[in-house]
Amino acid sequence: MSQLLLDVNGLTMRFGGLVAVNKVNLAVKNRQIVSIIGPNGAGKTTVFNCLSGFYIPSEGSVMFNGGEIAGMKDFQISRQGLVRTFQHVRLFSKMTVIENMLVAQHRHLNTSLLAGLFKTGSYKRLEQEAMDRAAYWLKQVDLLEFANREAGNLAYGQQRRLEIARCMVTQPELLLLDEPAAGLNPNETKELDELIIRLRDEHEISVLLIEHDMGLVMGISDHIYVIAQGTPLADGTADEIKNNDDVIKAYLGEE
Amino acid sequence: MQNSKFLSAIFAAGVTFVLACLMLGVKLNTEGTTLQVEGASTEQWTWIGLGIAVVFLSQLFSAQIDAFFSGLPKPQLAKVLPEASVMARLKPWLLAALIVGMLVWPFMVSRGSVDLATLTLIYIMLGLGLNIVVGLAGLLDLGFVAFYAVGAYTYALLSMYFGLSFWICLPLAAALAALFGFILGFPVLRLRGDYLAIVTLGFGEIIRILLNNWTAVTGGPNGISGIAKPTLFGLEFTRRAKEEGAMTFHEFFGISYSSSYKVIFLYLIAVVLVIFVIYLINRLMRMPIGRAWEALREDEIACRSLGLNRTAIKLSAFTIGASTAGFAGSFFAARQGFISPESFIFIESAIILAIVVLGGMGSQIGVILAAIVMTILPELAREFSEYRMLLFGLLMVIMMRWRPEGLVPMKRPHLELKQ
Ligand SMILES: Nc1ncnc2c1ncn2[C@@H]1O[C@H](COP(=O)(O)OP(=O)(O)O)[C@@H](O)[C@H]1O
Ligand SMILES: [Mg+2]
Repeated sequence: MSQLLLDVNGLTMRFGGLVAVNKVNLAVKNRQIVSIIGPNGAGKTTVFNCLSGFYIPSEGSVMFNGGEIAGMKDFQISRQGLVRTFQHVRLFSKMTVIENMLVAQHRHLNTSLLAGLFKTGSYKRLEQEAMDRAAYWLKQVDLLEFANREAGNLAYGQQRRLEIARCMVTQPELLLLDEPAAGLNPNETKELDELIIRLRDEHEISVLLIEHDMGLVMGISDHIYVIAQGTPLADGTADEIKNNDDVIKAYLGEE
Repeated sequence: MQNSKFLSAIFAAGVTFVLACLMLGVKLNTEGTTLQVEGASTEQWTWIGLGIAVVFLSQLFSAQIDAFFSGLPKPQLAKVLPEASVMARLKPWLLAALIVGMLVWPFMVSRGSVDLATLTLIYIMLGLGLNIVVGLAGLLDLGFVAFYAVGAYTYALLSMYFGLSFWICLPLAAALAALFGFILGFPVLRLRGDYLAIVTLGFGEIIRILLNNWTAVTGGPNGISGIAKPTLFGLEFTRRAKEEGAMTFHEFFGISYSSSYKVIFLYLIAVVLVIFVIYLINRLMRMPIGRAWEALREDEIACRSLGLNRTAIKLSAFTIGASTAGFAGSFFAARQGFISPESFIFIESAIILAIVVLGGMGSQIGVILAAIVMTILPELAREFSEYRMLLFGLLMVIMMRWRPEGLVPMKRPHLELKQ
């Protein structure tokens, strides 16, 4: 199929007089890693907020799997298979790692009160499947041994990985990662790099990535978008971006 | 640093002085038609002076006092209790022993004790209900007593106007309170924290004022009296059957009449209701909905990003919490035989909230313990009944210093994964 998984056209977000995002276009195909880069305050997180339904875009269309999702409620969008992480880790800190994974699968479970109170067959089966899926993804991110630990007590790198696992367990088609490597050491960054590639190649999902670590971005991205002050500056493959005069100027100018 | 300490100590002492003078130092006496201001006695002034000195010194040396308090050993439940595996095996036996004990106990003690125990059980139910809203879902509700009132009046009115029995009204009261919880839930969905607290506080007052003023139906401030007591399969616990042809408990069993049967019967009903509520909420906490409540308390934004519908989750917490209060309310009406809006004032909400906070947010065992402490302590300290609120305040301050996480903090369930 040639249809795009995510097709964003003319996305604009205004806060009063401030235009935080200005006519941004994005295209993500199936099984692709696409990155958005740009200086701090460029509007990258705001783009994510618009895509995931936390903000209602002022203008523009967001097509996901061929359907318009701009204006839909946040929880409806994530149920369609577009799930995000946050620039600052947001875990259910007082709950255990495994409980975090179960909460994420809420809609895959039998949430009928009676079924749960009487532990019907379907309730138990779905609960078990959720536990198995949780175990699978915890293993993928090396957190299985911490399953019963309180999420807030994990090391920072582990919390980051748990956040990704918690998204994956909802079985998304497109994963939005907002600066996942921020605060990680080089070793952890390398593991993250491998994990993201595995998500694309083995689990066949697409990843839209915001990241400042240029090594990571240039190494794994199939396509890169550059935004400066809310406005698209350039897009292309890693090599094209590296040699783009506008991009070099924007980055050097900032530093 | 030392200087600022000194200043804040002076300030605190000053505040104490002003407050003490206003509240204890002067008295207003009516003499005929005029008011006279009367100063306190020398003895009272000595006490006030002492109090100010204590405040001043405790502020000045707060660092040292903090160090002393943190040096105090914290109670270690884990060390006192046997190991987890032993506990798991013992648990059913302990529970069985506890339940048997609760059922046998009232036959061996005085009527007054049984009555107090029944009251405690009512507060346990209320605490468990509010624990869902505040402890699990993290929604600060200061008007919880409204649902308690709805439950109580549901039974009182249905019994008075339609002659419905307690056992039929019990689920009806829970359902109606749930409906009120649902209705309140809608407008406050977008509110959090302080705003939510204020709106729920207002809601509690609205219900009370409504009951007070809707005299035609509720009897207004006079309340409703002569509410029918629960029966045991139609057997009444009165000396003589009220209705023609009906039988009383002692006639049926051919024993002589004693008023303590009724008290014990009410207690036993309360025990059964509490066990039912504990079981129900315990299951809910381990179900998707219970986990969703807690997730909402932990991070609402993360919930939304994971496809959880926060509207539905908040409403369910409000509804189920309210229905528990309705349950407790209808039993309360049946036990008292008389209710009036006086029974549902804000202080009740505050006490229930105190039970949840004292017990340890989210922890069922903690809430049960706290409910026992909060109902039995005032009884033990009858002589100090004027200072009841002061004692509550003191208890709260001590708890926040010594164990801010509550008496028995909530324990996370341990879930086994297949490797
Ligand atoms: N809710 C909001 N209200 C007002 N301004 C906002 C809001 N969210 C973001 N902005 C503004 O939008 C701009 C882009 O922010 P952001 O998207 O967080 O940048 P980035 O993630 O690229 O660092 C900033 O100037 C920020 O102040
Ligand atoms: Mg950002």
